[in-house]
Amino acid sequence: MSSLEVESIDVHYGDFQALWSVDVAVETGGTLAIIGANGAGKSTLLGAIAGSRRLSSGSIRFDGRDISDLPAHARVALGITLVPEGRRLFPSLTVEENLTIGAFRRRKGPWSLNRVYELLPIVANLRQRHANQLSGGEQQAVAIGRALMNNPRLLLLDELSLGLAPVIVQSLYAVLPEVSAEETTVLLVEQDVGQAIAAADRVQCLLEGRVTLEGDANDLDRDSIRAAYFGI
Amino acid sequence: MVWVNAVVQGLMLGGLYALFACGLSLMFGVMRTVNLAHGDLSVVAAYGSLALVDSLGWSPFLTLLIVIPGMAIVGLVLQRLVLDRALGISALAPLLATFGLSIALQNLLLQIDSPDSRILPIGSFGIGSWKISGQLSIGWFPLLTLGVAIVVLLGIELFLQRARLGHAMRATRDDPATAQLMGIDSRKIYALAAMLALATVGIAGVFLGMRTTFTPTSGSSYLIFAFEAVVIGGIGSVRGTLAGGIVLGVAQTVGAQINAADPILIGHLVFLTVLVVRPRGLFRSSVLA
Repeated sequence: MSSLEVESIDVHYGDFQALWSVDVAVETGGTLAIIGANGAGKSTLLGAIAGSRRLSSGSIRFDGRDISDLPAHARVALGITLVPEGRRLFPSLTVEENLTIGAFRRRKGPWSLNRVYELLPIVANLRQRHANQLSGGEQQAVAIGRALMNNPRLLLLDELSLGLAPVIVQSLYAVLPEVSAEETTVLLVEQDVGQAIAAADRVQCLLEGRVTLEGDANDLDRDSIRAAYFGI
Repeated sequence: MVWVNAVVQGLMLGGLYALFACGLSLMFGVMRTVNLAHGDLSVVAAYGSLALVDSLGWSPFLTLLIVIPGMAIVGLVLQRLVLDRALGISALAPLLATFGLSIALQNLLLQIDSPDSRILPIGSFGIGSWKISGQLSIGWFPLLTLGVAIVVLLGIELFLQRARLGHAMRATRDDPATAQLMGIDSRKIYALAAMLALATVGIAGVFLGMRTTFTPTSGSSYLIFAFEAVVIGGIGSVRGTLAGGIVLGVAQTVGAQINAADPILIGHLVFLTVLVVRPRGLFRSSVLA
């Protein structure tokens, strides 16, 4: 059964249409990567699923329930958690306070402060630091930990690799298998196609707000990805 | 000894200013809203207390049991009916809305009561004091005011630092959109902050009314002291506001020793000096800053 079913959604920014009848489906526990160039609508799609972008038409179902009209904070209570682009930690809070804010809805599940510190030892060493004193990689690790604190059933990851060194990006992606092992569905957005395909079992490509390619991560060949990515 | 006395009296006067500025500081700290009706709302609380004193024969202290929750409800209504909507229009709209509210409240009070000055009667407690020496005595009432101010402001600071909802308040202040993504309903957080702020305005209004006379229009003349206390302490820092109120109080009473004709001028000068030397206030790196 599909955990997440996005059915032909349109999203507009004023007169500009960012998504055109986009369909997405992810199995429970599956990992789907959305790839695409800058401005393809990847972050908009995640925002629509998380509830921070309003749909012009179409619907989003999560575990069979229509969530299209729920506000973002109510979707968090259902276990939909977004790690936003650019990390967006709370700068005046310490690392540990940022993590506890992640658990604001008190959802039950496998993740706790200790478990997050085990998964991300780098975060454990920073717990009393303020979020604005961290490097980009440290911030991203805290942002992932903060999202896990909600015990997500659907984890949305927006451009984890943005502005980070490849070795750090790899260490961040290395935690995903343990997250998936908890039956958490993962939907990730990446510009780095190689990284996305390595982390996901299915891949979808967006171009100018439309889905141009969809398939198993292992089956896709470079040429068809290139064609779907650049539209040539 | 004269100077010691001036400083001691200033500390206690500063407690009143800090108590009065607390709500302004909290609303600005959490919602980035400057509430220009702040002073008038405290006068509303004083008149509310007076009405209870007159009709039920209660002591003004006892009326706090009604005034505090009553003002919290006023805060909820204010946030939901006025400030939430104004915030949706522009960052400047709440300023205009509360300016309008300030004028409306003053005229409403003039309609209901009169321009005559009123005071909340506390009998001999208001003038009783503890005489330490010929030139130094500590009034019971000012001492109580300082104590209440410390408890209220440090209590709120502790709430912001330790409590789950306090954390949510700081997160919402930092970044409301991301706070929503953590499952925090920012509308509820704003409503809670407004209720907390107005509850402190209720306390401050009753204490102001017990200390000195008030009229329907005296709120706006107090507002300047609240602003000065907030700015001296550091905008958005509740702990800073406590310090800012005390600095302002001491400046005024010491100023009165230097030049009895215009103590408030010295207070303003200290405020301007802080603006020049340390524009972000004394406690710039505090919890809400």
